[in-house]
Amino acid sequence: MSRTPNQVHRVALVGNPNCGKTALFNLLTGSKQKVANYAGVTVERKEGYCRINEDLSFQVLDLPGAYSLSATSPDEAVTRDVLQGIYKGEAQPELIVCVIDATNLRLHLRFVLELADLGRPMIIALNMMDSARKQNIHIDTIGLTKALGIPILETIATQRDGAANLLAQLAQQHWPTPAHSNNLNIEARYEHVNTLMARYVSQNSTHKHRGFDDQLDGILLHPITGLIVLSFILFFMFQAVFSWAAPLMDGITAGVNLFGNLVTAPIPVESALYSLVNDGIIAGLGNVLIFLPQILILFLFILFLEESGYLPRAAYLMDRIMFRAGLTGRAFIPLLSSFACAVPGIMATRSIQDPRDRLTTILVAPLMTCSARLPVYTLLISAFIPRQQVAGLFNLQGLVLFTLYIAGILSALVVAFSMKWVKRDKSEHAFLMELPAYRIPKVRDLGIGLLHRSNIFLKRVGGIIFSLTVLLWAFCTFPSAPADYMGAAIDYSIAGRLGHMMSVIFEPIGFNWQICIALIPGMAAREVAVSALATVYAMSGSNEMVNQQLTELIAQQWTLPTALSLLAWFVFAPQCISTLAVIRRETNSWRVMGFATFYLFALAYLASFLVFQLSTSLLS
Amino acid sequence: MNLSELPKGGQAIVVSVRNSRELDPIAHRMRELGFVVDAPVKILARGLFKDSPLVVRVGNTRFALRKKEAERIQIKEVI
Repeated sequence: MSRTPNQVHRVALVGNPNCGKTALFNLLTGSKQKVANYAGVTVERKEGYCRINEDLSFQVLDLPGAYSLSATSPDEAVTRDVLQGIYKGEAQPELIVCVIDATNLRLHLRFVLELADLGRPMIIALNMMDSARKQNIHIDTIGLTKALGIPILETIATQRDGAANLLAQLAQQHWPTPAHSNNLNIEARYEHVNTLMARYVSQNSTHKHRGFDDQLDGILLHPITGLIVLSFILFFMFQAVFSWAAPLMDGITAGVNLFGNLVTAPIPVESALYSLVNDGIIAGLGNVLIFLPQILILFLFILFLEESGYLPRAAYLMDRIMFRAGLTGRAFIPLLSSFACAVPGIMATRSIQDPRDRLTTILVAPLMTCSARLPVYTLLISAFIPRQQVAGLFNLQGLVLFTLYIAGILSALVVAFSMKWVKRDKSEHAFLMELPAYRIPKVRDLGIGLLHRSNIFLKRVGGIIFSLTVLLWAFCTFPSAPADYMGAAIDYSIAGRLGHMMSVIFEPIGFNWQICIALIPGMAAREVAVSALATVYAMSGSNEMVNQQLTELIAQQWTLPTALSLLAWFVFAPQCISTLAVIRRETNSWRVMGFATFYLFALAYLASFLVFQLSTSLLS
Repeated sequence: MNLSELPKGGQAIVVSVRNSRELDPIAHRMRELGFVVDAPVKILARGLFKDSPLVVRVGNTRFALRKKEAERIQIKEVI
């Protein structure tokens, strides 16, 4: 191959899941990575740039982890098709860098042999050599190189200079095509692997390292102690999400307000432009940014659990109960995250390989009681539910709040179960999951992972949230009320008129027109419904004062069935465009988003109807 | 016997992986993951219930399997 200046070659990193491929990718490319989706699917596409010298650089594609080219998931199908050069819009890589775990050669060499039969230029990165040395695994790389016909480079992705060998090999631009293995079936391939293992790999003394992992697993996978540890981890995680995120969220709100004041200072307060900037654009910005603290903290925990090897173990512990509900153990952490906020919860469903399980998880995630529901719940509960003891033990208000949480969980189980039933899906969903060795996560890998999550959220989801918020503002503002109008200006707007029209539909569930109007801006986020109610009842003052006044006001004006009905409404209703935006993004489908919106509103209406009619007839 | 009948700590050798139906992708995947003739397996963890998933080591790798998946793996016990 002749050298021309500024050569850029395309290489692809391929390997089994848990081979340290992503850590190696981070080491090769640093933070200069582009994260997107492969065309037409929601499989993450990661590409980076690795510069060797002035004349030579590499475009490195980090293909999704795969055990085999006979794909069983969308991730593996992408890897298979890109490697064969048949993925639409993806150029076939010029060189395959197959990353294998030196401590797990039997499994990973099988994949090497399968890749070798593609007949493409290939080199092997023998990764995790540090762990292999600790476990006294000796690998004759020279012998193995000769047997396979391709270079094998030892790497330690977790060390700063751990890829020096690999970089030197890439610089040489000597990329041979491996010898065809001529294995006809899986058994023959494994026999080939066994021959290679017997000849070139030896392990003296017993497995001390494995002993430690086994002891840890003895506790963490135990049906009783394992669940105790899991609940401790989750308890800590939630404490952290709420106690760390709250001040950050307050800070963001204050910062956005300050920024808004600065920007709107030269604009006259009564003008339409002021309203657009302040209530449309700045509010939209705030709506996007306010999610960041919870997303970052939740993802820090999820990434830590993932990188340390604990996440699949949690999935194992929860699989039996989740499976009975028509889900999978892997859905547990995403659904749990949704108790803080459905947005990161739905983003975390990418760890669920089976597309059917993933879709079900996404559809039920909005039913988990997220933190944005709390302002609505507390307002209604403090206005309508008396502070009294029940059975001398429980506080009635607390009991109602608890019931609302349970209602969300139970309905998620029922929805998941009936979806399985409706689809008449009798085929088996695979669980079959590798439990990797425990590792201490590296700060760099956590940092890059967090950066990706926030990028995806800000760029892909943020745009939709922002534009919908501005659109919603327009609905709530135009046409504007005449100057001498005494009521709330929102009455005159499209949203106000819609609210008045909607009240016919909402009468059977006990909502008056004020509630109907508040529900429209409440689409931006559930807690906005509270301030919107205040606007409709035309109150002004500080937030706390408004809340107090509103509590008294609705306690006088609404009946108890109306309040209970509104509580039931908020258990189900997808009053959150951010959630809808992330569903659209993560499923790549407007249809799924439409279905989620429809079924959640339908459930909300049904539940409110039952609650209103029942409580009305009971109380009269 | 099959893998799901092996108690915690039990060791065995794989005899075969049975297809639960024609063209069983799960059975195929299990063979690819190393459940092939003569592969040694050991049960590392089991749940409290009969239908709980289990954790098995094959070669140097640990896998979690549901009972239905483990039932496909025919074994002979090592004493």
